[in-house]
Amino acid sequence: MSIFQSLVDLFKRKEKIEAGGGEKAVKKQIEMGKLTARQRIQSILDPNSFYEYDMFVEHKAEDFGMDKKFLPGDGVITGTGTIFGFPVCIFAQDFTVAGGSLGIAHARKITKIMDHAMKLGIPLIGINDSGGARIQEGVNSLAGYGEIFFRNTRASGVIPQISVILGPCAGGAVYSPALTDFVFVVDKISKMFITGPEVIKTVLGEEISMEELGGARVQAEISGNAHFFAESEQECFEQIKKLVTFIPWNNRKKADVFPPKPPKPDFDITKIIPAESTQPYDVRDIIRAICDDSDFFEIQEHFAANIVIGFCRFNGETVGIIGNQPLVLAGVLDVDSSDKAARFIRFCDAFNIPLLTLVDIPGYLPGIDQEHSGVIRHGAKVLYAYSEATVPKITVILRKAYGGGYIAMCSRHLGSDFVFAWPTAEIAVMGPEGAANIIFRQEIAEAQNPDEVRKQKVEEYKQKFANPYRAAANGYIDAVISPLETREFVLHSLLIAKNKKEDMPYKKHGIPPF
Amino acid sequence: MNDINNLNEFIIDDTVYKTRINKKYSLKKQYKPKDNSIISAFIPGTIRKIYVSEGQKVNRGDKLLVLEAMKMKNDIVSPINAKVKSINVKVDEVVTKNQLLIELET
Repeated sequence: MSIFQSLVDLFKRKEKIEAGGGEKAVKKQIEMGKLTARQRIQSILDPNSFYEYDMFVEHKAEDFGMDKKFLPGDGVITGTGTIFGFPVCIFAQDFTVAGGSLGIAHARKITKIMDHAMKLGIPLIGINDSGGARIQEGVNSLAGYGEIFFRNTRASGVIPQISVILGPCAGGAVYSPALTDFVFVVDKISKMFITGPEVIKTVLGEEISMEELGGARVQAEISGNAHFFAESEQECFEQIKKLVTFIPWNNRKKADVFPPKPPKPDFDITKIIPAESTQPYDVRDIIRAICDDSDFFEIQEHFAANIVIGFCRFNGETVGIIGNQPLVLAGVLDVDSSDKAARFIRFCDAFNIPLLTLVDIPGYLPGIDQEHSGVIRHGAKVLYAYSEATVPKITVILRKAYGGGYIAMCSRHLGSDFVFAWPTAEIAVMGPEGAANIIFRQEIAEAQNPDEVRKQKVEEYKQKFANPYRAAANGYIDAVISPLETREFVLHSLLIAKNKKEDMPYKKHGIPPF
Repeated sequence: MNDINNLNEFIIDDTVYKTRINKKYSLKKQYKPKDNSIISAFIPGTIRKIYVSEGQKVNRGDKLLVLEAMKMKNDIVSPINAKVKSINVKVDEVVTKNQLLIELET
C-alpha cells in the first residue's frame, strides 16, 4: 500500500467511526433535543483542542449475536483537550451506539482516560448518556462499572472530577457521578435513578413519570445529587467552563490567579442588612458587595437554599464561600444544608481553596422530621469538615450567631484563623426571646403583667448579650469591623495566610459522620 | 439587588423570623404517632392470605395476613393482644404503602 492509499484507508476507517451509530440513530438523538457525543466534546473544549484516544477499540463479546455487531468506538469517545488553555481529560458516552450501553471495552476506554488524568494531574470530565449495562456482556459490564467506581474513589481529592448528565444515567451507572465532585444536569434531558418508573410500578405499584422521579429539577432541587442545573446543553457547557477557571488542576496546585477587579458599585454593603434581626435579606448580595467584579459562582443554588455555597475571587484568587441564607428558612442548619456545606468545605480543603464563612444563623431547624432524619449526624458533618480543614479559614459574623449554629459556622473554636464581627453581630447562646423566656421564667410567670415583664426582660437580654462584645472580651473574635472594611480585612487575611501550613495528627484517614 | 417578597413567619426559639419556605420543607409529611391497633402496609404489595376473621381474638405475635412484596411473602403479625375489629382487604388485593389492612381493638 502506498502512503497515499494507507492515508485514504485511515480516513475511511475514521469516517466510519466518527459517524457513530449511523444517520438514523444520530437523527433520533437530535430529535430528542440532544447534541451528539462529539458535538458535546467540541462545545466544551477550546476549538480544535480535542485529541481522541482509542478510536479503534472494539468489543470482544460473542454471546447473543454480539460477534456480528460492530460498535464504533464501543459507544464512548475519550481523549484530552483544553478549556481556556487549561488541560483536561474527557469522555463522552455515545447514545447513538447501542444506546451508549457499557460493555467491558467501553469501560476500559473510560478507566484508561481516568488513569491518564490521575498520572498527569489534570481534571476529568465525564459526559453520561447511556441506557446502562450492556446486558449481552453479562458480568463483564458489571466489572466495568466497578473498575470505574474504584478509580473515581481513588481520584477523589487528587484531581477534580466533573460529571455531566446528558441523557439517561440509571441503575449502577449513577454511582460514578455520585462519587465525583460536581454533577451537571440539563432540564428535560438528564434522568437519574437507581430503579426506573417501570420497575417501581411492577414491584411497588407506585406510578410516577421519569421526569418526576429523577429529572434534572428533582436532582437539583430535592435530592441534591446535582450541583448545577441548566435549561439547555449550551448553558450547561458555559457553566462547566466557568467552574474550571475557579479550581486547580490537582491537589498539589492552587487555582489560577486572575487579574484583580474591585466589586461593582451596585451593591451598597451598608444598606443590605435590615436592622431588625428577624428580617431577611439575600446573603448573596453581601458576597457580591465584597468579591472581585461582584462575580459569585453559586453551587447547588436550588438545593437546601438556606445555605449558600460557591466560588468567587479576592484579588484574583479563588475563595470558597459558605453563607447562611436568612432569606430561606431563616438560614437555619438542617439535614440538607449541613450535608451541602460539609461536602463543599471538604472539596475546598482538598484543593487548597481558602474558605470564607459569612454567619447569620438562628440555630438548627427544630422538628420531628429533622431529628428522625438524623440532623445530629448530618449536622456533625459541618463540625467535622471545618475542624478538619487546614486551608486558611476566615469567618465574618454579620448578625445572628446563636447556640450550636455559632459553633458550627467556622467559629474560633473549630480552628478559624480569622474571626471578624460586624457591630450588628449577636453572639449568644440563643435569641433574646427564647433566652428571656427560660432565664426569667419564674419572674415572668409571677408578674401581674407577664407580657410587659417579658418584653422588658427580652430588651434587657438584648442590650446585654445581643452584641459582639461579650465574645470579643473573651478573644473569640479578633476584631469588630465596619461592614465597609469587610473586603479589606478578607484581602489582608488571605495575604497573611498565604503560607499557612498546618499538619494533622498522623492517621490513615478520619472517620467523618457520613 | 433581589426583591424580597413571599415571606412567611417561621419560629425558632420563640423568635418569629420572616423568611421563605422552600419546596422540600413545604412537602414534608406531618408526623403521626404509631398506633398499634392500626395495621397498615409497610410496603406496597399484594395480599396473599388472610389468617383471621372479624371478631376473632388474637395474641401478640399471631399471624394476621401475608403481604407479598418484592417477591417476598411477609407474615404480618399482631403487635398486641386484641380483637380483630375489621378486615379492610381481600386476598389478591393490591395495596399501596400505608394502606389500612386490619383494624384491631383492645
